Amino acid sequence: MSLVYFLFAQTLLFAIPLMIVALGGMFSERSGVVNLALEGIMIIGGFSGIFFMHYMQQNDIMHGMPLLFCALLVSAIAGLLFSLLHAFAAINLRADQTISGTALNLMAPAIGIFIAKAVQDGVQNISFTNEFRITKVPVLGDIPVLGDLLFKNCYVTTFLAIGILLLSGYFLLKTKTGLHIRACGENPQAADAAGISVYKTRYLGVILSGVLGGMGGLIYIIPISTEFTCSVDGYGFLALAVLIFGNYSPWRIAFAAFFFGFTKTLAYTYNSVPFLAAMKLSDTVYKLIPYIATLILLSFTSKNSAAPKADGIPYDKSQR
Amino acid sequence: MKNKVGFFQKDSTRSVISSLIAIAIGLLVGFIIMLISQPDNALQGISILLTGGFRDGMSSLGNVLYLAVPVMMTGLSVAFAYKMGEFNIGVPGQYVVGAFVGLYVGIKWTFLPNSIAWLVAILLGGIAGAIWAFVPGILKAKCNVNVVISGIMMNYVGLLLVIQGVKSWLYESTGAQSQVISGARAIPNAGLDVIFPDSSANFGFIIACLLCVLAWVIMNKTTFGYELKATGFNKDAAKYAGMNETKNIILALVLAGFFAGCGGAIAYLGGTGKALQISEVLPAEGFNGIPVALLGLSNPIGCIFASLFIAYVNVGGSFVQNIFPIEIVDIITGVIVYFASFTLFIKLMFARRDAKREAKREAEELKARGGEQS
Repeated sequence: MSLVYFLFAQTLLFAIPLMIVALGGMFSERSGVVNLALEGIMIIGGFSGIFFMHYMQQNDIMHGMPLLFCALLVSAIAGLLFSLLHAFAAINLRADQTISGTALNLMAPAIGIFIAKAVQDGVQNISFTNEFRITKVPVLGDIPVLGDLLFKNCYVTTFLAIGILLLSGYFLLKTKTGLHIRACGENPQAADAAGISVYKTRYLGVILSGVLGGMGGLIYIIPISTEFTCSVDGYGFLALAVLIFGNYSPWRIAFAAFFFGFTKTLAYTYNSVPFLAAMKLSDTVYKLIPYIATLILLSFTSKNSAAPKADGIPYDKSQR
Repeated sequence: MKNKVGFFQKDSTRSVISSLIAIAIGLLVGFIIMLISQPDNALQGISILLTGGFRDGMSSLGNVLYLAVPVMMTGLSVAFAYKMGEFNIGVPGQYVVGAFVGLYVGIKWTFLPNSIAWLVAILLGGIAGAIWAFVPGILKAKCNVNVVISGIMMNYVGLLLVIQGVKSWLYESTGAQSQVISGARAIPNAGLDVIFPDSSANFGFIIACLLCVLAWVIMNKTTFGYELKATGFNKDAAKYAGMNETKNIILALVLAGFFAGCGGAIAYLGGTGKALQISEVLPAEGFNGIPVALLGLSNPIGCIFASLFIAYVNVGGSFVQNIFPIEIVDIITGVIVYFASFTLFIKLMFARRDAKREAKREAEELKARGGEQS
C-alpha cells in the first residue's frame, strides 16, 4: 500500500503544475488566442516567485504559508504582465500568434538569467529553501486510505490546484463570462453582433492563461529543486500537449494531466515497482512511454478534436 | 508578366525593410536594457556587440560562418514547413537525430573512404531527420493530429533515443559525452581555413547555402512548391483546385525534416570537437531556427542572411560577456521576433489584397480561355 501512496504523491508532483498551466492555456485558446508562450510564462512566473522567495528567506522577513501564498501572488502577477505582451500583439495588432508566442518563449529565460546575473554578481541560479511540505494535515490526515493518499506529505498547492480546476470548470461552462469566452473562440463575429466585446473577452482569456501559467511555474519548481535555473524543462510545451490531448475541456484536461503525470512517474520510479524492475528494461524505454503513449492516444482521438473554430485567427471587425 | 515581376520586387523590398525595422527596434531595446543595468558601460557594450563579428578580423568572421550553419539549416526547416502553413516545432528532434546518425556513420562506418564518408554521413543524417518529421506528417494527414503536439512529442522521443544511442555505441567516458569526429574524417575545410585563419569555418557552410538554394528552387520553380504555397495561402481553395493536401503535408514536413537532419549532421561533422551531450536538454540550435525562419520571412535565401545575422550578434555577444551577461543577445533576438510578428501581419494584409486581385485576374483569364475552347 505504501507503494501506491508513493506513486500517487509522485504523480501529483508532475500532474498538478501541468494541469494548472493547461487550464490557463484552455482559457486563452477557448477565447480564440493560440498561446504557445505557456513555457515562457511559466519561466517568468517561476522566476519572479522564486526570486521573491529567495529575498524574503535571506532577509528573514517572511516564512511558511504566508510566504508561499505571497510568492504565488507574485508569480501570478508576473505571468499576467508577461502575457499582456502576447495579448497586445495577438489581439490589438493581429500579429501571427505563433510568432509572438515564440518571441515570448525566447525572451523569458534570457530575461530571467540576465536579471539574476545582474543582481547576484554573475550567479545564474537562484536558491531557495523548500519549507512548504506538510507532513500531516491535522484531523484529515487520520482518515484511513484517503488521509494517507492526500493529506500526508503533501503540498497546499495540490488543494489549491483542485480548487482552481473546479472553479475553472464552473467559470467556463456555467457562467455568462465563460459563455462569452467560448463564443469568442467559436464565432467572434456572431459574439460581436450579440454585443460581446471580442477584444476584452480575448484579453481576459490571455490574462487568465498568464495568471495560471505564472503560478504553475512556481508550483512546478518548489517540490523538485532547491534552486531555479530559469528553465521549466519544457513543461509549458507539455502543458500545451495536455491541453490538446484534453480536448480543450477542463475535466478531460485534468484526466490528461494525471495520465501524463502517472506515465512520467513510472519512468522515474520503475525501480521501486517490483514487477517493472524485474523486467530489466533500459530506463529509456520507461522514459519514452509518456510521449509515445500520448502520440498513440492522440492519433485515435484527434479525428473528433474540439479545437475552437476561430482559434488562432485574429478578429477583424471589418469581416463581420 | 512584366508588371508581375515588378510587383514581386517591390514586395521583397517591403519584406527586407520590415525585417530591418524589427532588428533596429530589437537592438534599441537591448541598448536600453544595457543603459538601465550599467549606464556607464552601455555604449561600449552595444558597440562591441555590433562590431564583434569583425573584432579579430577574418577569424571572427569565419566563426560567424561556422555558427551560422546549424541555425541556417534549422531555420530553413521551419521556414519550409511554415510556407505550407505548418509550424515545425519538431525541429530540435529532427536536428538531434540527424546529428547522431551523421556522427555514427562518420565514426563507425570505417569501410567508407575518408573522401566521401562525410558526404554519406550528412545525407543519412538528413534522411534520419526526414523520417523523424514523417511521423508528425502522417499523423496530421491521416489522423488529424496537431503538428505542434506531435512535433513536441517526437522531440523528446528523439532526444531520449539519441542519449541511449550515444551511451550504447558512441560513449566517451572521460568527457561523459559522445565521441567526436576525427579531423581526417570531418568535413573538409575546402580552403576556407586559408581565407579565415584560426576559425572553425568549413565546407559545411557552402553545403548549407547550397541546400538553401535547393529549397528556394523547390519552392519557387516546381509544381510541388507552387502547390505547397497555395495550400499555405488557402487550404480549401488548394484542395478545390485538385491539389493533394495529404501528400503535400507529408512531403513538406519530410523535406523540412531532411534539412534539419542535414543541419545536425553538418554541425557535428565539422571536426571542431563538438560532441553530443547525454543530458536531457533539447539542443538550442533547434529552437533558434525558429527566429531565423521568422526573421528570414520564411524565404530560404532570407534564412541565409538571417542566420548570418544571428551568428554575428552571437559572436559579438561572446566578446561582450565580461561586461554584460550573454543573455542580452537572446533578449534582443526575442524582441526582434516579437516585432517581426507585427510586420508580418502588415505584409499579410498586402498579400491578401494582392492575392484577391490576382485571383480575379486569373479567373478572368480562365473565363476568356474557357470561352475560346467552347
